[in-house]
Amino acid sequence: MTTSEATDRQVQAISSDEDVVRVRQLVRTAAVAAKLSLVDQTKVVTAASELARNTLVYGGGGSAEVCRVLNGSRHGVRIVFTDSGPGIADVELALTDGYTSGTGMGLGLSGARRLVDEFHLDTAVGAGTTVAVVKWAR
Amino acid sequence: MALNAEQAERLGQLLSTHSDRISQRWSEVAAAPLKGRLTVAEAARHTGELQAQLRSALLAGATGVDSVHSAELRALLTELSRSRARMGFTASETATSVFALKTALYEAADVEKGDDAALRDYVAWSALIDELGLFTFEAYSRAREEIITAQGEQLLELSTPVVKLWEGVVAVPLVGTLDSARAQVVMERLLEALVDTGSPYAIIDITGVPAVDTQVAQHVLKTVMAARLMGAECIISGIRPQIAQTIVTLGIEFGDIVTKASLADALRHAVQRRNADQRAVKREA
Amino acid sequence: MDRLPILKIGSVLLVSIQIDMQDQMALQLQEDLGQRIVDTGCKGVIIDITGLDIVDSFVGRTLSTIASISRVLDAETIVVGMRPAVAITLVELGLSLEGIRTALNVERGLELLARSTEPDTADDLELFGDPETASS
Repeated sequence: MTTSEATDRQVQAISSDEDVVRVRQLVRTAAVAAKLSLVDQTKVVTAASELARNTLVYGGGGSAEVCRVLNGSRHGVRIVFTDSGPGIADVELALTDGYTSGTGMGLGLSGARRLVDEFHLDTAVGAGTTVAVVKWAR
Repeated sequence: MALNAEQAERLGQLLSTHSDRISQRWSEVAAAPLKGRLTVAEAARHTGELQAQLRSALLAGATGVDSVHSAELRALLTELSRSRARMGFTASETATSVFALKTALYEAADVEKGDDAALRDYVAWSALIDELGLFTFEAYSRAREEIITAQGEQLLELSTPVVKLWEGVVAVPLVGTLDSARAQVVMERLLEALVDTGSPYAIIDITGVPAVDTQVAQHVLKTVMAARLMGAECIISGIRPQIAQTIVTLGIEFGDIVTKASLADALRHAVQRRNADQRAVKREA
Repeated sequence: MDRLPILKIGSVLLVSIQIDMQDQMALQLQEDLGQRIVDTGCKGVIIDITGLDIVDSFVGRTLSTIASISRVLDAETIVVGMRPAVAITLVELGLSLEGIRTALNVERGLELLARSTEPDTADDLELFGDPETASS
C-alpha cells in the first residue's frame, strides 16, 4: 500500500444489512472530507457497498475500517474490509467479470476494483479475506 | 529542534529588548530585493507580524518550527507565502523576507564584538531562521501547486461549453485535443445538462477534435452508455475520416450509436425524433 | 421493517425512493409492487430514483427483477431520475440494467408510458363497439 498518513480512522462491524448501509454512510462522509468529486464519491461508496455486502454474504460478517489518507498533497479515502470466512480459493477466477459463487451478478469484486484507484486482495482458504481499497481525489 | 531552551529564551529576550531596532533593520533588508513591488509599509507590516509571532512563540517555549508553541507562527508563515505566491513573487524573494532577520539579529546582538558564547548563540539562531525559511519555501510551493490546479480546472470548464440547441436537445461542440481528464469533464457536464434541461437528446460534435486514442473513444462510449441509463440518446457528429479510421483500426465497437456527418444533420435527426415522440404522446392522450 | 410507499396516480403506480435502502427493503418493494400491479390492474410503473445517491449491483439487480416481474404481469416499468454520477458509476461497474427502460424525469417517464402502454388505437376498439356508448 502507498505510504501515506491516515487520519479519522473509524471501524464499523458488518453483521447485518443495516451495517452495510452504515458503511456506505461512513465512506460517504470520509469521501466528502477528502474533497473527492461527486463522481468519485459515488464510485467509492458504490465499491464499498459491493465489498461490504461480500463481507457479509460470503465472509459471514466482519468489519470495515474507513480512514482518510494523505499522500503528499493528494487526499484520498482508504477502506479495509476484513472477514474470517472461508477465503477465496481461486483469486484470478473471483476477479473475473461475471464470476459469482452466490446469488450476485458476479460484479462484486471485479466491479469494485474498476471503481477504485488501488485494490489489494489478501486471502487464503480457511484464513479469511482482506480487501483494501483506496480512492484518490483527482 | 534548532535551539536549546536557553538559546530560545535569549533570542526571545533579544527580540523584546531591541524590538524597534530589529524590526527597522529586518524590514529594510527584506524590502530591498522586492524592488518596490511591495510598499515599504507593507513589507514592514509583514516582518513586524512575523517578529511579534516569533517572539511570543519563543517566550512560550518554542525551540523550533515544529514545536507545539509555533503553531501560530507556522500559520502566519503559510499565509505570507500564499499571498506572495498569488502576487507573483518568486520563492527566493519570499524566503529572503525571512532570511533578512539574520542581518538584523547579527547587528542587534553585536556578534562582531561579542565573545564565543554570542557567536554560538548566533549560529543556533541562524539554524532556526533557516528552518523558518525552508518552511516558507515549502508553503510557497504548495500554494503554487494549488494555483496551477485551480487554473487548470478553470480552463477545463471554459473549454467544454454545453449548449441547448433546441427544445429537448443539448450539444457539446468539442474543440482541440481531448485527453482523458478533459473527456471525463465533458462527460460529466453533458450528463448534468441533460438533467438540468430535461433534454432527452444530446449531440457530441467532434468536428474540432484532431485525433482520438483508445482512452478518449472509450470515454465517449461510456458517456453514451451513461446517457442511455439516464433515459437519453446521444448522437455523435463530425467524425473525420482519419478518426473513423482510427476507431475501426483500434477495434472500438460503436454498435448502434447514431453518428451523423455534421452538427446540422445531427440536430435535424434529434428534432425529428423529438417531434415523433411528441406526436405519439398526443395521439395517445 | 419500513416499507416504501407505492402511490397510484391515474393508471400509473409511482414509487419514489428517497432513502438509502437496506437490501431487505428493496426485496420488500419487489414483492409489494407485484401485488399492487395485480390489485390495481395498472399498466405502468414509474420508479423515481432521483433521491438515490448510489445504485450498486444489488439495487440494480432488484430494479431489473421488478421490471421483469411487472412485464409478466402486463405492466411496463420505467426507472426515472438517475443521477449522472450514478449512471457513470454503473457504466464503470459494468452494470447495464438489461431490460429496464429509463427516462430523465417523471414527466418524461409518463410520456414514455403513454407511448408504449396503449398500442391499440381507437380504430381497433371501434370494431367491437364502445361498451360505454352502447349501453347508454
